[in-house]
Amino acid sequence: MPRYLAGRLLQALIATFGVMTIVFVVMRLSGDPTLLLVPEGASREHIDALRRELGFDRPIFIQYLSYLGDLLRLDLGDSVVQRVPAVDILAARIPYTVALASAALLVALGIGIPVGIAMAVWRGRWFERPLAALVLAGQSLPTFLSGILLIMLFAVTLRWLPSSGADGPAAIIMPAVALGALSMSTFARMARIAIVDELSKDYVRAARARGLSVGGTVARHVLRNAAIPVVTVAALEIGNLLAGSVIVETVFAWPGIGQLAIQSIQSRDFLVVQAVVLFVSVVYTVTSLAADLVYAWIDPRIRLSPA
Amino acid sequence: MSAAVLRRAAAAVGPVPLGVGLALALLAALVLAAIGADWLAPFDPTRQTLLQRLRPPGHATASGAIYRLGTDELGRDLLSRVLHGARVSILVALLSVSLSIVVGTLLGMIAAWRRGWVEIVIMRLVDTMLSIPAILLAVLTVAVLGPGFLKVVMVLGFTRWPRYTRIAYGQTLQVASLPYIRAAELAGASSARILLRHILPNIAGPLLVVATAEFGLMILFEASLSFLGLGIQPPTPSLGSILSSGRQYLDRAWWLTLVPGATLFALVLSVNVFGDWLRDRLDPRSRSR
Repeated sequence: MPRYLAGRLLQALIATFGVMTIVFVVMRLSGDPTLLLVPEGASREHIDALRRELGFDRPIFIQYLSYLGDLLRLDLGDSVVQRVPAVDILAARIPYTVALASAALLVALGIGIPVGIAMAVWRGRWFERPLAALVLAGQSLPTFLSGILLIMLFAVTLRWLPSSGADGPAAIIMPAVALGALSMSTFARMARIAIVDELSKDYVRAARARGLSVGGTVARHVLRNAAIPVVTVAALEIGNLLAGSVIVETVFAWPGIGQLAIQSIQSRDFLVVQAVVLFVSVVYTVTSLAADLVYAWIDPRIRLSPA
Repeated sequence: MSAAVLRRAAAAVGPVPLGVGLALALLAALVLAAIGADWLAPFDPTRQTLLQRLRPPGHATASGAIYRLGTDELGRDLLSRVLHGARVSILVALLSVSLSIVVGTLLGMIAAWRRGWVEIVIMRLVDTMLSIPAILLAVLTVAVLGPGFLKVVMVLGFTRWPRYTRIAYGQTLQVASLPYIRAAELAGASSARILLRHILPNIAGPLLVVATAEFGLMILFEASLSFLGLGIQPPTPSLGSILSSGRQYLDRAWWLTLVPGATLFALVLSVNVFGDWLRDRLDPRSRSR
């Protein structure tokens, strides 16, 4: 285990460092990053002053080192629009996105796992068909489209739920369903494959031969073994849900980091956009690391195999 | 290679189930309609007729023009806009998938063939790229570079190549150890020749499966970027931007949402049905039992 742990930690560190580098490169793709940070129609003097102030007149390598140094101190620069640290702006929005992503994960697991189990147990029967259609629809509907369709039905036509904002607990329902739909399909497929895999094993035949019912076998034995790959996927989905918030939060005017990213792009506040991308990518790296470690802890075949 | 490979693939794949056949027919119809947009569209998709704003589907004007799918908030014909929008979506997806499959496959094959530090650099870069959620990287890059057709293609192409690199790398590692590759080496074939003539045809199957799934995903990405105002810019119609502007008229003009929405859904659904089936046929691990 220690060797696997060390190797996997190092890999995560390299990936995090790589993410920072890629964001640095992307921010300079347009040539002069100063131009991204000034309002439209700023004077030449203003631009030159800001370039010196932000250190963009130094050699690129020095800029890169100081950028990495700043990141280590969690200094992501100041918002050029609001004149406060980008980290503070980001931190104020994180709770909203965490609430939304958790609710979406709940929706995805709560629907996806039972659907996947049902599809595996009843595979080949007519009952699998409508479930398969649901999974396929969840996978093929763009998040923003399912969001708009939900608004059309529940806010505009039926007037049951608020169409946007974050006032009251009912406001989270539609964004959570729209955001969770894609993950729901992923969970259903994963659960189905994992359970079908398990059902073909000898211990299941043995349990059935001893007179245990299908439901009993699945509940007592199969679910436990099938849970491992599903847990891993769940951890990876957290990152996807955070990224998907960019679109869902725009559709529903949910005041989280996704809406912040798009608003900051529109107001040309690029250091805030950079902060959002770095935050989500680091969370993504950390959750996939956590998933691998949990996986290795549960299943000795992984930690003992050469990396 | 192509004809022989396709024949072998067709033989391996076997008969096509009804659902997949229907999905393929739907996809073909949509692609043909998109290709023929210039001839099929009854109106210029960008021509505004301010007196005919937000007309419902089937509306006929006094002069005899019929808006079969209604008009938008600027009096433009929705049918014409959706046809042209679908063409933009398909073109962006096709070009960005081509770009990423070429870049990704080449890098993957080179990493597996050269090994050593080349392998380390390429595969670490792949790990890194895959740890930034693609839609976020695309949003950031498009925001920095500015929107537009070619930029969207480039951004999507360059954010998605690592998916192919992983597959090409793993497959090349397996194939490269086979005796016939050693034989080609001893016969004096160059690395480029071995990779392109001897290895590529043998690793193409899994790459095409990924490409099919990615094609659907790229359509969704382009639509999402355009929906956010970061993709295809007006006046060029795109399914995402039609949906975005139609959102303000949800209570009055349902067609502005349902028509482009259904088109997008049909496009992605048919690609996904085909892609799932292809994967199940070619990858025995995920085959449904």
